[in-house]
Amino acid sequence: MDVEQVQTVVNEVGADYFPIKLVEEIAEAGERNNLTDEELEKLVLKVKEAYEREEVEPGESVGTIAAQSVGEPGTQMTMRTFHYAGVVELNVTLGLPRLIEVVDARKKISTPTMDIYFTDEFKNDEEFIRKMGNKIGKITLNDVIKNFNVNYMDNVITAEIDQDILDERRLEISEVTGEIEKTFKHVTINNNLLSFETTFSNDEEKIQQGIRELRLLADKIRDLQISGVKGIGKVVIRHEQNEWVIHTEGSNIGAILKIPGVDIVRTTTNDIFEIEKVLGIEAARNAIIHELYTTMEEQGLSVDIRHIMLVADMMTSDGTVKSIGRHGISGEKSSVLARAAFEETGKHLLNASIRGEVDHLTGIIENVIVGQPIPHGTGSVGINMKKID
Amino acid sequence: MVTVKIYINGKLIGTTDEPEAFLEEVKAKRRSNELTHELNITFYEENNEIFIFTDPGRARRPVVIVENGQSMLTDEIIDQVAEGKMKWFDLIHEGIIEYIDAEEEENAYIAMFEEDLTPEHTHLEIDPSTMLGICAGIIPYANHNSSPRNTMEAGMTKQALGLYVSNYNLRTDTRAHLLHQPQMPIVKTKSMVSTEYDKRPSGQNFVVAILSYQGCNMEDALVMNKAALERGLGRSSFFRSYEASERRYPGGQEDHFEYPENMVRGYRSEEVYKNLDEDGLINPEVTVTSGDVLIGKTSPPRFLEDVDEFGTVAERRRETSVTVRHGEHGIVDKVMLTETIEGSKLAKVKVRDHRQPEYGDKFASRHGQKGVLGLIVPQENMPFNEEGMCPDLMINPHAIPSRMSIGQIIEMLAGKAGCMEGERVDGTPFTGVPEEEIKRLLKENGFETHGREQLYNGITGERFNAEIFVGVAYYQKLHHMTSDKVYARSRGPVQVLTRQPTEGRAREGGLRFGEMERDCLIAHGAALALKERLLDESDKYEALICGDCGRLAVRDKIRDRTYCAICGETETFPIEISYAFKLLLDELKSLCISPNLVLEDKA
Repeated sequence: MDVEQVQTVVNEVGADYFPIKLVEEIAEAGERNNLTDEELEKLVLKVKEAYEREEVEPGESVGTIAAQSVGEPGTQMTMRTFHYAGVVELNVTLGLPRLIEVVDARKKISTPTMDIYFTDEFKNDEEFIRKMGNKIGKITLNDVIKNFNVNYMDNVITAEIDQDILDERRLEISEVTGEIEKTFKHVTINNNLLSFETTFSNDEEKIQQGIRELRLLADKIRDLQISGVKGIGKVVIRHEQNEWVIHTEGSNIGAILKIPGVDIVRTTTNDIFEIEKVLGIEAARNAIIHELYTTMEEQGLSVDIRHIMLVADMMTSDGTVKSIGRHGISGEKSSVLARAAFEETGKHLLNASIRGEVDHLTGIIENVIVGQPIPHGTGSVGINMKKID
Repeated sequence: MVTVKIYINGKLIGTTDEPEAFLEEVKAKRRSNELTHELNITFYEENNEIFIFTDPGRARRPVVIVENGQSMLTDEIIDQVAEGKMKWFDLIHEGIIEYIDAEEEENAYIAMFEEDLTPEHTHLEIDPSTMLGICAGIIPYANHNSSPRNTMEAGMTKQALGLYVSNYNLRTDTRAHLLHQPQMPIVKTKSMVSTEYDKRPSGQNFVVAILSYQGCNMEDALVMNKAALERGLGRSSFFRSYEASERRYPGGQEDHFEYPENMVRGYRSEEVYKNLDEDGLINPEVTVTSGDVLIGKTSPPRFLEDVDEFGTVAERRRETSVTVRHGEHGIVDKVMLTETIEGSKLAKVKVRDHRQPEYGDKFASRHGQKGVLGLIVPQENMPFNEEGMCPDLMINPHAIPSRMSIGQIIEMLAGKAGCMEGERVDGTPFTGVPEEEIKRLLKENGFETHGREQLYNGITGERFNAEIFVGVAYYQKLHHMTSDKVYARSRGPVQVLTRQPTEGRAREGGLRFGEMERDCLIAHGAALALKERLLDESDKYEALICGDCGRLAVRDKIRDRTYCAICGETETFPIEISYAFKLLLDELKSLCISPNLVLEDKA
């Protein structure tokens, strides 16, 4: 039984709003059971009945119910952070703090992380992925040197590049020395040995300042970045479900997606603003849904995804990610009284009086304040007078 | 060599190169009484810091000092203490026992028992149960309980009613509870000896069966035997003292204790004064209820020039009597007349209320097992054993497994054994009478060692299929009682400012229909139910609005007309708003914001 045939039947009974997937499923079932045309129509009618039963009725308070459905489990959440096993640990904010972060649409989230997946060609190539990990992850000079010594007598800092670490990190010594020479002027490189000098002479008067200078230089040397993608710190390479995955501390999805071999479909970040910037608002909406849902699920709380979808829809409805709160959705309500009732009462009342705003009492909160039946549910019906000539 | 910093009470005062020697020296001086015994010293090796603390408010506890694996508390010294030659503070001054705080504990290696001592040990517990404080020390077999239950019990035992002082009859505490027949617990602990718990007990020994009774003990409810309650189990008194004094005012006037005449301003009904004597005081053993006057008192008028209708300055005194609190009742227990420091008359009246356990009263065992009374069963309907004995209390079996308060099970067994032996059982944590011994005692007295008994259904007389665990546990009545809390209101007082109902039981207030409750009605779309709750049942107000300017208009009742204070004689319209909203409009006006209402026909 082909899909088009079913689609015509569906259209005939007036159920043209069925999703394609549902139509396909009906077709499949019809095929399997060898339904006659008559039986098919009966089936479609039954499906229509079931479909309509599942629909939200017009006038249902979906917003309030979504708020309650997300808010109540939120009270049971506890602070917990998650640790990846391994030498280098990654900290990821989870639980209530993470939930608040997403809903508040913070620009700077506390622990941005990425999960980088690779295309089929590379996903089991450990050597390639380790190399990638080192290219992506931040390596400072401090990570690859040993015998770091600050000599206050001669105003000299000496260090030695550790070849073993270079091998492990799959770095060439020339990459390291090149970066050093580019940054520091007074440096002598002798094979693995490094020697830095300050610009200061051994002038007695300046000796005190010289020590300070030397210390600053020492910090600068240690913090010199040798490789890595901007915005990304540590990386953890793990073998998960028959493939190698890189988890990062810090996020820069724009740069990562440009790296050849990275699977641009599965690679994600938990930074919603970055997703919005790179992949667009629809992707940001999906990221919000995913983040909220997994955060709740991880705590053992199950919230119907449609409530969360409504939250995400509200946050992204005008093309940018808005927070839920006084800087976002609640701050954009048209009613003065509703805004004043939420937060920053004085500010809203003052501004309204300056502009001479009129509150038309069309919302819920305004009418609760004034003491009228709310324009919702049983309060949404009224009598309209019709003039008869 | 590392230099170690030394801090006293968190302030850096010096350094040492020999921290170990310094530490030893300070400790030795403290033990030899050269330094105060209230000082504690700790060495944090990883930070190279020595902390010395002397400030108040640290939690400290005594332990026996151990040197070279030998306890300083020798048998010889114990004998001397037993003979009364040495007292507690002698032991401290002699360097036998010392108090350590939480910091010093970090450097200590404390043995539980003397047999365990090795040369590495620095201290020895006087008894393992000295780890526990006063409240937790009351719990028998605490070592068998899960720690949250012990914590809960330590909190709850403070709420237990008992014999709080022995001179309660002479005191006038504002509030006091007294348990009528407090008993010493059959299962005691060693801590109780030091705290003299037996002299001020706060509970009674209940015969407890662990079984369900018609589901009336689900969710931690308790089912009690009516006959046991009538015999005085869990009975208590509540005392409240009221007082008033004849204050003197500048200008030579003063309050008077008297039977107020009906002239006084604020005169209540004649009814409430009926028990007062001529001196304005009530008599002992009079039954009183809320609103009744205990001390009749009048005060001089607040403003001296109080002109009455005839233009004369008549002294109208104010009624300032002391009445029984709202929602309370009782019997006058004592009336006292004395004088204040200033020498004016002072009266105190103590009212007593008899409290037989009723539904909703809270009880708890000593293992964090709390519950409220859910059913009172006549004795003839209680389950009974073959000797015809029935329990005082039935708790639900579900109360035990998830909470793991095994201590209660052992206490019940021990209590049962103790009852049969006619002796009290030592249930001290870690060192109490062991389970095997209790089982032996039970067996000797003809009981099963597991404590379960064959019981018969009190209603049908049938034998229960399962054997029921029965034992004796010490239960405490906690001071959360129904009669202090039951409350309902239909109409009542409102606040002056907002005209919304007052808050709280004592003010005969309403029950708040809060934000979250409001959200629920919104979610249901119950617009009119919501309006009823928030407006009609609260601060409904009919305001007059000027049709021209939209501001509040005025009704002149004398001339029976309405007008707008700004526009003059204009058409006005009555609207139904909440008084709180009218107040908001007024407050906005006081902030130089003029809100106008645009009126429309009702849809």
